[in-house]
Amino acid sequence: MAAITTLGETPITPPASGQRGVHGRRRRRLNAFRYVVFAVFALFFILPLLAMARFSFEGAKLGTWSLSAWKQITAYQGSSGIPPLSSAVEITLELAVITCGVILVLLVPTMIWVRLRVQWLSRAIEFLCLLPLTIPSIVLVVGLGPIYNKIQHYSLSALMLFWIYVILALPYAYRALSAGLGAIDVTTISEAARSLGASWFTVMVRVIAPNMRQAILNAMLLSFSLVLGEFTIAFLLLYSNLQVELYSISRNTPNAGVIFSTSFAVLLFAFVLLLILSYAGRFRRGRG
Amino acid sequence: MAVASADQTGARPTRAGRRLSAPSWAGPLPFLAYVAIFLIWPIGIVVVDALKNPSGAWAPSNLSEFGNSLVRGYFIGSLKLCVLSSVLGAVLGAILAYAIASGDPDGPVRRIYLAVSGVLAQFGGVTLAFAFQALIGPAGLLFHASWYYNFPWGIGVIYIYFQVPLMVLVFLPAIDGVKVQWREASENLGSSTWQYWRYVGGPLLWPAFLGGLLLLFANALSAFATIQAWENQIAYIVPQQISTSLSSEVGLSNVNVADLLALGMIVMVVIVMTVYALLQRRAARWLR
Repeated sequence: MAAITTLGETPITPPASGQRGVHGRRRRRLNAFRYVVFAVFALFFILPLLAMARFSFEGAKLGTWSLSAWKQITAYQGSSGIPPLSSAVEITLELAVITCGVILVLLVPTMIWVRLRVQWLSRAIEFLCLLPLTIPSIVLVVGLGPIYNKIQHYSLSALMLFWIYVILALPYAYRALSAGLGAIDVTTISEAARSLGASWFTVMVRVIAPNMRQAILNAMLLSFSLVLGEFTIAFLLLYSNLQVELYSISRNTPNAGVIFSTSFAVLLFAFVLLLILSYAGRFRRGRG
Repeated sequence: MAVASADQTGARPTRAGRRLSAPSWAGPLPFLAYVAIFLIWPIGIVVVDALKNPSGAWAPSNLSEFGNSLVRGYFIGSLKLCVLSSVLGAVLGAILAYAIASGDPDGPVRRIYLAVSGVLAQFGGVTLAFAFQALIGPAGLLFHASWYYNFPWGIGVIYIYFQVPLMVLVFLPAIDGVKVQWREASENLGSSTWQYWRYVGGPLLWPAFLGGLLLLFANALSAFATIQAWENQIAYIVPQQISTSLSSEVGLSNVNVADLLALGMIVMVVIVMTVYALLQRRAARWLR
């Protein structure tokens, strides 16, 4: 009702003037509601992380502070016969790099080619790339058993996990790359390059790929952080990566400081990767 | 590189003549082969093996095991946890999304919450269980929650930690799509706040909300690492039981238990995602 009367009295005034009266009161109530919500959720999101950080600085006696858990990351040795934690870190980082490399070689040319020459396949490719998002990795691992039995004929290394990590990273890499491809006029660029005599290889590697550098970087960073956090498949195929190692340490020594310091370090690392992801684009755009 | 492309330029007329011999659909073949081996084949193995007995003979009667009270117990456990964490996660996420959307679209609060949501929605796994263990576990920093090891409440709270950010990411675009003009129009027709939400805002956002809820459900269904690090002695949900039956031979005789349970999960996921796709289409109608 109030809205109607104000409208009738001052027909020309834009709605912005409604700061007083009903609108003002509603705005104040809304703001109070917003701040309460923000504060409560901020607490909920921050407290577990703070607790983890605090535990990583716990000294030998409860309530004391010490850096020992952080120093242990490189030196931690479980019971005899188990390789130290640092080797799990190393394996995981190597896995992440290999996975990124395979994604780069496998997915980028395929997506460019499909966009240029076989448009009718694009829906199928999209479906296949997004499928791992819906199929739980615990289901995949059941079917992977027989396949990994064959792989283990040739190599027992935990690095062989990269075969399936590429599949897990597909949805994230696909979305990043498809955003990048959508932002440039692939057809015109490639026709220009072709009519100047470039081969298809040159078109992809030297013409289109440099134009979607940002998208490729995003895809790599997302794949990288996915591999850092992967547990299910490595655990059930009896490989040891970083998360599996942290899990088994926590089983043997509950509340060991080193699991908190390492988890926190990994989290910070992933956060830095995502920060790079969100800022790299801004700088490049600024320069161009 | 320059030399190579110069050569190719010279050879172009002949190459153009021969282009038919390498059909353009051959380009995505390596990618398709890779996906077939490491994604389609495992899924196929799960479906086929679920219908066979361990000696390899066809036994569709395996499906009757879904009526087994033990097997049903795991699915009920999964349902409990997924419903709890997705309903609470969706409601809380929607409230947070509304609080974010009603603020300044370029303000720092919105940017921070979006960036943090992007990180936390991916933050699951073993590390998350450690963080909550440090906060409210037996030696918890904040307090020792007596319900920490209670299923589904203890693990449900941990799941909500990654469900809420995911809901924010999914639901925020829908809230942003609600136009101020609709609110003004209904006010000019004399509606109260409650009437606006009951007859205008609610029905508009309902499909998007349900869609988000289903996505959260699927997300909780496939999570395994967090609950495994939280409690690894008792199997409450399907993924845990799959893990147990993969690593031990104990279980129902004459049935590939892991494959059967995995098949059950595939069916659930397919149902959820199909309804999700339908709802998304409906939600998209107003939010263009």
